[in-house]
Amino acid sequence: MVKVKIETHDLNVWFGSVQAISRLNLEVYENEILSVIGPANSGKTTFLRALNRMNDLNPNYKMSGLVEMDRKDVSGLDVELLRRRVGMVFALPLPLPLSIFDNVAYGVRMHGMRGGQKLSRVVKESLKQAYLWDEVKGRLDESAFKLSGGQQQRLCIARTLAVEPEVILFDEPCSGLDPISTSKVEDAMVKLKEKYTIVLVTNNVKQAARVGDRTAFFLSSELIEVDKTEKIFTAPDDSRTDGYIRGKFG
Amino acid sequence: MRKFKEFIIEKLILFSGLASIFFVVLIFLFLLKEGLAVFKTVGFFDFLLGKKWYPISEPARLGILPLILGSLLVTLGAALISIPIGVGCAVYIAEVAPLKIKEILKAGIELLAAIPSVVLGFIGMVTLVPWVKHMFKIPTGLTALSGSIMLAFMAMPTIVSIAEDALYSVPKAYKEGALALGATHWQAIYRVIVPAASPGIMAAVMLGLGRVIGETMAVMMITGNAAVIPRSILEPVRTLTATIAAEMGEAVVGSEHYFALFAVGIVLFVISFAINVGADLFLHKENK
Amino acid sequence: MRNSKQRQKIAFFLLFLATLLIVIPVGLIVVIIIQKGLPAINWQFLSDMPRKGMRAGGIFPAIVGTLYLVTGAIIFALPIGLFAAIYLSEYAKENFLTRVIKLAIVNLAGVPSVVYGLFGLALFVVFFKFGASILSGSLTLGIMILPIIITASREALESVPQSFREVSLSLGASKWQTIKNIVLPNAIPGILTGTILGLGRAAGETAPILFTVAAFYLPRLPASVFDQAMALPYHLYVISTQVPNVDEKIRYGTALVLLAMVLFMNLIAIIIRYQFRKKKKW
Repeated sequence: MVKVKIETHDLNVWFGSVQAISRLNLEVYENEILSVIGPANSGKTTFLRALNRMNDLNPNYKMSGLVEMDRKDVSGLDVELLRRRVGMVFALPLPLPLSIFDNVAYGVRMHGMRGGQKLSRVVKESLKQAYLWDEVKGRLDESAFKLSGGQQQRLCIARTLAVEPEVILFDEPCSGLDPISTSKVEDAMVKLKEKYTIVLVTNNVKQAARVGDRTAFFLSSELIEVDKTEKIFTAPDDSRTDGYIRGKFG
Repeated sequence: MRKFKEFIIEKLILFSGLASIFFVVLIFLFLLKEGLAVFKTVGFFDFLLGKKWYPISEPARLGILPLILGSLLVTLGAALISIPIGVGCAVYIAEVAPLKIKEILKAGIELLAAIPSVVLGFIGMVTLVPWVKHMFKIPTGLTALSGSIMLAFMAMPTIVSIAEDALYSVPKAYKEGALALGATHWQAIYRVIVPAASPGIMAAVMLGLGRVIGETMAVMMITGNAAVIPRSILEPVRTLTATIAAEMGEAVVGSEHYFALFAVGIVLFVISFAINVGADLFLHKENK
Repeated sequence: MRNSKQRQKIAFFLLFLATLLIVIPVGLIVVIIIQKGLPAINWQFLSDMPRKGMRAGGIFPAIVGTLYLVTGAIIFALPIGLFAAIYLSEYAKENFLTRVIKLAIVNLAGVPSVVYGLFGLALFVVFFKFGASILSGSLTLGIMILPIIITASREALESVPQSFREVSLSLGASKWQTIKNIVLPNAIPGILTGTILGLGRAAGETAPILFTVAAFYLPRLPASVFDQAMALPYHLYVISTQVPNVDEKIRYGTALVLLAMVLFMNLIAIIIRYQFRKKKKW
């Protein structure tokens, strides 16, 4: 029996008067990769940002319904603690204007970790897990902006891992990357699901097919269907899903 | 513990955010506190419209009409000089000047804004005042005209920089649309760009004149400081600001004269408040 | 068509003329002050007390007084101004209160400098009984430059990309940690620029210090913040209008020192801004 890590119950989200998510009921299982696909403005990213409450930053944000992690309402949790448990990798590589080392160490430092040795170990482990260690081990003090786009994105993954989250949210993590960097990031993701629960929002249908255990299809703020990736891509229940993965909605 | 520290810091941030409101109110309250006392001895309209300002005679005559007219005259003169030149310069910088020259001109304007008013007053005293005396063959060059010219200079950095911002923020499509219809660059400027930027230019003019009305040192040094109702722009005048600056040093704290000078301060505060709120409304209109 | 081309030429020439009418006098003012003031500048002029009723000697106490006042003003205004800017850029929502705060800042910037002098007199000198002192003068100047610091700092803070904040928050950092570790360090050049411009303004203003601190002549340097002090701009005013028969060289020399001080600060601000733009990483 799979364990449910995150679930939403009748989740509605509005930004001002625009509804971004309508009556969403969706579960994310522990140690799976759930791919979320759908055209632009279908509510994918809003769903993702509801999980670690990044939507709260938008002053026009309103919601109803429930988002639960481990059966606990996330709006009742301490938001900083929640975000430590639910890490996020953004669409574009967004290194902070710090050195490579300080980027990775940023989160743990903010949570109070001091001491050089322990910190160095965390940084090294995280960079290894993100398959970046070998490329940067000699130049941890350099600015993170000196890395290539793909390296920067893996640095961002390492930065997220360093905090030791339980869930990692990927928001179209490869949209700015070339195919080789993309495959490296995908490799990293597949390895990571052994330890983490992963939600991957992607515009790239093929990527969802490659890495997702299950795939959810969103269309105009609604969840159309969610099922095993294989099933979605071979025999979806809904004709709109079929249309999208065949490229009818661009 | 960390949470507590952050709670304190965030409260400090909130209080600092409110500090500006606090200080504006505080300034007004203290002006009122010291200034309203004068109305125990002088009627409100006698004060505003009284034609004689003899604060240290017995009994004192505390009518500030000459001062108001002095300020108005100097300001009017400065406006006549600074508005066309300032707006013209703004248009030149925003629309006509080549990129490199533009940067130099802007630096020049910033330089002017940075010169302390007492330095401008000093330069006005030693250059402008003798020139005005010589030019118009009058007994003294310390006149409203000298003040107007000097103040026009002090208003220009404000007018130029705000008007230039307004011109610059007119969408490029407006200009391109006009040019595509066969208008010359100049026609595009005065038919399309300047009208589109007019709320901002209005605000620029208001803020520039606000600076003029509030200017103190330069005006005190070169307008001659005669507290009489001015008959011509070639006579000495005294402004509201110069009166405070020149006389407060000698006024005894708590005397009628002291209160009267604070009442003049209230008048200045109200004028500058009205100008700034008005200009802000214009700028807001532009943003919408 | 030819007609409108002609008209354009004339119009542009007039605009150019307007520009020259501003820029040439500015250049002339600076050149005259440098040319006539430079001969007065020597070590003695900068480091000596005024002598013979300020008709000879140096301007040392005025320089020191201005430095004290400027330092005092910045100690007061920088923390409040910076925090106020943080409030506006990081915390304020778009509501009525924020609108009022912004309006208050605009008004604070527009209050005539002599009214600041009155206010300082009423509040610090008389009400708080600080007397005419460096403390009263510094506080008055501090409030006066507050809007400059707030506006510049706020712009600097707002120019830090939103994404940096999101990244930091997404890693579980608190809002204040995000501001302290990510937003502030990247806004420092802009904050510094604003602060220095505020310093320059405080150094050059006369009217706010007239009744709050400035001394006509003091034979010694101030010993505490409750002492009066001489100040460069006021000294220039005094020797230009209040003391007869001062050598023109001394007047120009004083004007030059004051101008140099103010322009030097502006220059530093410009250099910081330029360096920062060049180095900007995002």
